[in-house]
Parts: sequence; structure tokens; C-alpha cells
Amino acid sequence: MILGIDVGGTHTDAVLLDHFQVKKKTKVPTNQLHLVLSLIGVMDEILRGEDLAAIERVVFSTTICTNAIVQGKTDRVGMIVASGPGLAPEALRVNEDTRFVAGYMSNRGIEVAPVKKGEIAAAASELKGAGIGHLGVVGKFSTRNPAHENEIGEVVRSDFRHVSLGHRMSGNLNFRRRIATTYLNASIFDLHSRFVGEIVDFTARTGIEAPIYILKADGGTIEIRQSADQPVQTILSGPAASIMGILSLADCSGSDAIAMDMGGTTTDIALLADGVPLLEPLGVTIEGHRTLIRGLKTKSIGLGGDSRVRVDKGELCIGPRREGPAAALGGPWPTPTDAMIVLGLTEIGDRTKAEEAVAEIAGKMNTSVPEAARLIFERTCQGVASAVKTMIEEINNKPVYTIHEFLQGKKLAPARLFIVGGPAAAVAPRLGEMLGCQVVIPQDAEVANAFGAALARTTAEVTLLAETERGSLTIAEEGLQMKIPAHFTRKEILQIGMEKLRERARKLGARDADIEIEIVEDQEFNMVRGFYATGKNIRLKAQVKPGLIAGFGKGGALS
Amino acid sequence: MKGLKKTGLIFFPAFDWAISPTHPEREERLLYTQDQVFEEGLLDFENIVEYKPGLAEIEDLNRIHICVPDAKSVITESHLISAGGAITAAEKVLSGEVDNAFALVRPPGHHAMRVVHGARGFCNINIEAVMIEHFRRKYGHKRVAIIDTDCHHGDGTQDIYWHDPDTLYISIHQDGRTLYPGSGFPDEFGGPNALGTTINVPLPPETSDEGFLHVLEELILPVIAEFKPDLVINSAGQDNHYTDPITNMRFSAQGYARLNELLNPHIAVLEGGYSIEGALPYVNVGIILAMAGLDYSHVREPDYNPGSIRQSGEITKYIRETTKDVLGLWKKRDSFKAGIVKGAKYARRNRNIYYDTDGIREQQEETVRICDDCGGFIAIDSMASTGNRIFAVIIPSRSCDLCRLEGERTFGSVNKAKLGAHYLFFQDRDRDIYLVK
Repeated sequence: MILGIDVGGTHTDAVLLDHFQVKKKTKVPTNQLHLVLSLIGVMDEILRGEDLAAIERVVFSTTICTNAIVQGKTDRVGMIVASGPGLAPEALRVNEDTRFVAGYMSNRGIEVAPVKKGEIAAAASELKGAGIGHLGVVGKFSTRNPAHENEIGEVVRSDFRHVSLGHRMSGNLNFRRRIATTYLNASIFDLHSRFVGEIVDFTARTGIEAPIYILKADGGTIEIRQSADQPVQTILSGPAASIMGILSLADCSGSDAIAMDMGGTTTDIALLADGVPLLEPLGVTIEGHRTLIRGLKTKSIGLGGDSRVRVDKGELCIGPRREGPAAALGGPWPTPTDAMIVLGLTEIGDRTKAEEAVAEIAGKMNTSVPEAARLIFERTCQGVASAVKTMIEEINNKPVYTIHEFLQGKKLAPARLFIVGGPAAAVAPRLGEMLGCQVVIPQDAEVANAFGAALARTTAEVTLLAETERGSLTIAEEGLQMKIPAHFTRKEILQIGMEKLRERARKLGARDADIEIEIVEDQEFNMVRGFYATGKNIRLKAQVKPGLIAGFGKGGALS
Repeated sequence: MKGLKKTGLIFFPAFDWAISPTHPEREERLLYTQDQVFEEGLLDFENIVEYKPGLAEIEDLNRIHICVPDAKSVITESHLISAGGAITAAEKVLSGEVDNAFALVRPPGHHAMRVVHGARGFCNINIEAVMIEHFRRKYGHKRVAIIDTDCHHGDGTQDIYWHDPDTLYISIHQDGRTLYPGSGFPDEFGGPNALGTTINVPLPPETSDEGFLHVLEELILPVIAEFKPDLVINSAGQDNHYTDPITNMRFSAQGYARLNELLNPHIAVLEGGYSIEGALPYVNVGIILAMAGLDYSHVREPDYNPGSIRQSGEITKYIRETTKDVLGLWKKRDSFKAGIVKGAKYARRNRNIYYDTDGIREQQEETVRICDDCGGFIAIDSMASTGNRIFAVIIPSRSCDLCRLEGERTFGSVNKAKLGAHYLFFQDRDRDIYLVK
């Protein structure tokens, strides 16, 4: 059996699967002050009377870290940044407790200027003196050579409760994002550690021996103890849960598709390329921090079933705010849901109240009530459809860097729309028309998030850079630098990369059956000195992409 | 931050295209630049926007070049993308979407002349000229200033705009007596109908930031101010750098950024620059920051040591004198025509052109009609060591009626067999006509 739990803003949902079929589902209100209590409560309830030994895995999607960041309830963090030449340090400062120190690696990971231990120790003692317990250490090009970050880490480790090193956050280049990501990681470290401790204790006490996972922003999972060092990976997993839910409830393979969750306040949109959700190219953004955290590419617009509808200077305006439920359900203002009730597209709430609310709009627009309802409905669908179209256009205009990619340029062309959420059934046909898509409304959508979390596989990536002339190979995410013989070819580097990815995925909690490797970057360049090629510069990125665990027949498993 | 500008970046490193595996113009030329731009996170700035390059059309090439035997056989896809990238840069600026744009594309183009029998100086087609004639076609005629800061004289761009009084071409480069292509002296000053709209400032080897910036401030900026272009374009070669393997200058990333800030071009197009590790990453970061109006004062090369790359006092003196001489020529530009033309109706130049990249030799005779009302119609008789011989008639932009009439008459009356020409070409910019017989 598999247990999936999604701690949402309003409700905490749990679903217990037996042979991929829903055996039980439950929903409790989320206790915002003590999210762990919600989790424990819902587990207690759903597992009552079950054979705990039969549980194969437990997966959580939680908003603990996300909420802390959004609400500013994070720990104070000291940052030691070896900035080197380039952007002015002021453009790199993430907070007042950022100290810039010497030390600079080139873009090939070769030391240009060493770090100065005295300077680091002084900065560290000053930060410690200010009562700071958490430190982030980031160097420019540290993914190309982590030596400076490691050296700084050695100097300061004993002075702080925890030190987050930049190169461990991601294998990708982007110094400013690395700084922001490391900062966030350090700022939620304690909070997340406590959470992990409580969950591990609780499950041990309860007698659950199955592996426990947390959902990440990319829709993949990570074993809970492994997440302790990298709490930042778990932020913004909410939209990921909903997309993974759609993936698990419907068969999304075979063509490009749109996945949409239309709620009361917002509509979240994601795109699937042949069944695989698209990722943010660089990383997710949270509270103005652009990060290197791999996350599903989602777009959230302030347009939902409960968006406030008003008329401003003769113009119909919908959203972006929700100021209560639909008028038909006792809310203060007319909403798209009220229009849908008037049009007979849904039968919830009090029809009279819906008509009264829409009549107010009709009066201001000098039109009939049905016509006003039609306009509101039409405008709502148009708003959503145009956001989807813009998103597709942006993706199709994404720059590419080789002639091959330029000429082969695959365009994303969604043929189906998967939609969940309250107003899904009412808007689906019209949205499908506007977007030229076949519409699918998955069954059991109310447990989509928990279901998606339950079935998400462990994701991992490795970024390799080899220079055969120097005989060096760097694996950024592992902070690994190894020697290779000068005669190594791309094929041998590829072998090492696949093996390291397999090891890393296993370490993060993957089962062998779920390690489906995809090479996402594979480039080989000559390195030329004078007019002779002296070696190769080989760049490789491999990943286990987001998807569902093996053994689960995609979609339709619930029918 | 004050002075922020919205900057478009068209980045197309063509990671799968090279002239040959160890040629300077090879796959990884922009690899470390990409690393540096990504690591500095430049694309995260709200005022820096990256765009995908468009694809130039064959018609865009035929508007400016006479390709022999035809455009398709002298280019590859990569040339259409790099010219397309330049066109995209111009499009974003002219449509008002951005304040300025940088086409960081390859392969380059400024050695490609009007007639193209093959590749010269790593260039097949002139991507700036293709871009300029594209936007002139779309947005109406514009006065354009091209400031070519590549270390090599841009003999291709000079050739294309030699007779065009509406296009100012200024090149600063390492002295032609010491570097390919061996041209670009102050007396190369434009055709008889466009005297002064070609300006060349050769600089001695080992010129550093100080020398370049002197020419910029004392000559280029005043000339631009007087010429009053609608658009300023920088042919942004990066091979004046002190680490460049095939030149002998001492320019730095700081110098390039400062140059860009002062010149303030609407469009910059990458040309040469082959110090792919030591220079390009830093020069490009400097240029992008300067274009966007961001602080570039911390950008420098790993081995930067201003003391070791300072120019000598002798060079400073020489450059001051050259600058003064060239400025003097510019001021007197209108007084030379009568003396050069001596009452003739046509002016003729005979040239031997060498295509070093493809090893082709061309003999060319170019005749231009002396005209006070337009650039003058041009007739070209060209024979190449490939065995191809062509004859071309070019009606210039904003042609006067007489030049058009004479041009059309010339094209109508030439006899292919008698001339021994394999192809006859007719190019009319204003009417966007391109005929091959």
C-alpha cells in the first residue's frame, strides 16, 4: 500500500492506495499553526485498522517551508560570498548580513585568486557575534570547482549550527540565483530539520517501516532524511502535487497537453510535452527570490470561480481578487460562478442570489441578465485561454543555441486540456473550443494532489564537465572532482555520468525500477592551443525526470 | 539605478558550426561567453531580454549582395541565422520594444563585400549590411552610422557602402601594414559621390584603451554628431583585446565597456574576437552591462594588469596626430570632389580581391556614374579563379531618375556572350528588384 498526503492551505488530504486503487481517502482542515499536527492527525485517521507492515511508501507534500518564506518567518542568515570580478557586489547582496570575501574561480574552475582564511574567520566571528546561527557560503563558478566553498566551510563550520554550501544546491550556473538559493536553504534549515525529526519520530513510534518521501517543486520526491540538508528543494511543491495528480489520474501521454487547476481565487496552468511536465529553465521564483530550484513551469493567474466581478467605467472587470465565495453561496459580490449558475452550467448554491448578483452587473452594463452572465462567463474563459496561449508562445520562442536545434525546433502544440477544480466541468467545453483542445476532466479530482504525491518518483540530476587536456572531471551536484585519463571520450564520460546519476538517485531514495535516465545536455568541444586541438571539453547533464513510479498504469487506474 | 536601458540580447553561439575543427571561427567560440553570461545571471535582469534569432531570407541577401553563382551556394544555414539574428536585433529596436540590442551571433560578416564568390576573412555574407537593407526596406530609408571597432579593417562593409552618402562607415583597426586585410588607410575616404562617409583610422600595434577612447571622443563622436544618423550600429569585433591570438592590440574589457557606453549604439553586432577564453567572456559581459546601463566597473579579466598593457607615449602621440589629420579630412570632405572627378562622367576602380578563407582570387572592375543627386548607378565586371565571370548593374537606394534610367539601359544592352559573362545581375534597392540572366 502507498500513502499520499497533501497539506494544502485549507485542507489536508490523504489517500491510501492498494495496488494503485484508492482504498481510503480522507480530508481534515489544515491546522495552519501546527502543520505537523495536521499531518499526524490525518495519518492516524487513515491508517486506523490498517496493516502497517503492508505500507510500501509514504509521500508528503507540505507547505511548511514555503509558508515560512512567504510569511517571512525564517531564520537570520549570514552569507559569505566570494564574488570575484563581474557584477558589482551590491547587485549580489541578498541581505544585510552578506559579507564579500576574496577568492575567485574562472569559468573553467581554475583558481584565479585564493581565499584568505583570516578574512573569512573575521567575517564569521562578526556574524556569529551578531547572534547568527546559520551561514550560507557561495563562490562564483563553484559548480565548476567547489574548492573555495569547501575551504570556507572548513574555516567556519564549528562556529555555526549549519553551513549551506552553494554548489550543493544545483549544478547550474547562475551566481545570483545560487546566492539566493543558498540563503533560503539556510534560512529554513532549522524549521525543516525539526519537521523531519518529528515525522521520523512519529512514524517510528507508529511502527511504519516504509521509506518516507517529501515532494519537491519539480514533481519528484526525495527521501525525508536526505532532504534535511536541502530543505529548499521542498518549496513550492503545491502546484507540483496538483500536476502530478493530473498525470496520475489521466493518461496524458501521446500528445502535448495543458494541465489546469481552476480554483476559487486562481487558475494554475502547466504544460505537458508528450506527457512530461515542463520545468522552469533556471529555477522557481519565491517572494522575489529567483532560485536555482528545479520546479515545474506553472503560471498562476488571478482568475477563478470566486473572482470578484465588477463594472469599472463601463468595462467588465473580473479578478484578480477573491473577496469571498460566490453570491449564490452567501458571498458579497457577483462572481463567475454566479454567471455559470445563471447560465445553467452548474447547479450549486442559491440560484436567486446568483441572479440578483448578475442583475447588478447587467444594470450597469445596460443589458439583460442572461446576456451579462454570458459576457462574464465568456470573459472568464477568454482570460484563462489567453494566459495559456501566452505561455505556449513564450515556450515556443525560447532561444536555442545550435543550428540543429534551430532547424529541428519542435513546437509545443497541446491537443488536450486536462482540467480539475471547482468550476472545471462548467468551463471545460468552452475553454476546449477556445484552445482547440479535446477536454478531459479526470475522475476523483478531489484527491488529485495526494494521489499525485503518492505516485511521484524520485528525481535527480547530475551535471558533468570534463576537460581531457587537464584530465579533470567535475560533477557539480556531488561536489566531486576526479582525475580522468587524457584519452577519455564522450562515451566514457557518458558512462560515468549515468553511473553517478544512478548512485545519486538511489541515495535520494529512488528504487532501481524508477531510474529512467534521460540525457538533457550532451556537448563536446575541441580545446585548441595555437592551431592544434589539445583535448576535449565535454559537457553533460543527465536526469531522472519527473514522472510516476513504475508499475502504475498511467491514468485510468481508478476506473 | 539611473540610466537603465532596456536591452535586447540575441545570443546564437552556433555550437555546431565551424570553418574547421581548429579554426579560430569554431564551435566553442562563444562557449565560455555563454558560461560567463549565465553565471553572472545577466538574463535575470528585468531590463535585459533574450530573443531567438529569426532566419534571414535569400531575398535579404540579394538586396545587398551579388552572390556567384547564387546565394544558396555561398552560404550555409548558420549564415542565415546569424544575419537573421542581426535583423531580429534591429527589429526589436525599431519596433520600440527595446532601447538597444546586441546580436551576439556567429559567423561574422564584415569582410564580405558586395560581390561574393566565397568566404573572406571568415565571412561569407555581410550580416550588418543585410540587416540595414532589411530594415530600410521595412521602415523606410534611414541614415545609418556603422562604427566598426573590430581589429581588422572591415573592407567588406566599406566596399558595400563606398558609394552611399547616407551610410557613414567609420573603422578603427590595427594598421593594415601589420594585419589582414591590409587596407583601411585614411585616404580610403569613400567614392566620388560619397566622399567622407567612409572614414578609416588605422592604429599602431599595442594601442591600449586610452588610444581607442581618444579616437572615439575626439573624432568618432563629433563626426556622428555632424552626420546625424537615425541609427548608430557598432560592428563589435572583440579582437583588439590584449589576449587575442591573431592580433597585436591591448584593449581590455573595461575599455570595451566604456567605448560602448560612450558610443551608445542602437545595435551592436558581434564581429571577430578569437580569444575565446581570455577575452570574450569578460568583454561581452562588459558590453551587455554597459548597453543596459548597469554598473560594469567590476568586470575584468582574470589576468588583467593595467600597468602591463599601457600604450607607449610614442603611440599616444601618433594616435593624436592621426586623429587630427582624419578629422581635418572630414571637415574638408566637400572640397575634394572636383579634383578627383576632373569632369568625367564615370569613375572606375580596378581591384584584385583575395578570398583567404576559400582561396579564391577575383578581378573586379567597378564603374560608378558621377552624380550629385544620388549614390550613382554602379556596373561591376567580375571574374574569379573559380572560373565564374559576372556582370552586375546596381541601382542605389534613393536613386535619381537619370541613374535608374542609365542603369536599366545598361542592363538591357549588355551582351552576355560578348562580355564572356556567365551571369548578368540587376539589383534595384528602391524597387526591391533582383534579376539574374
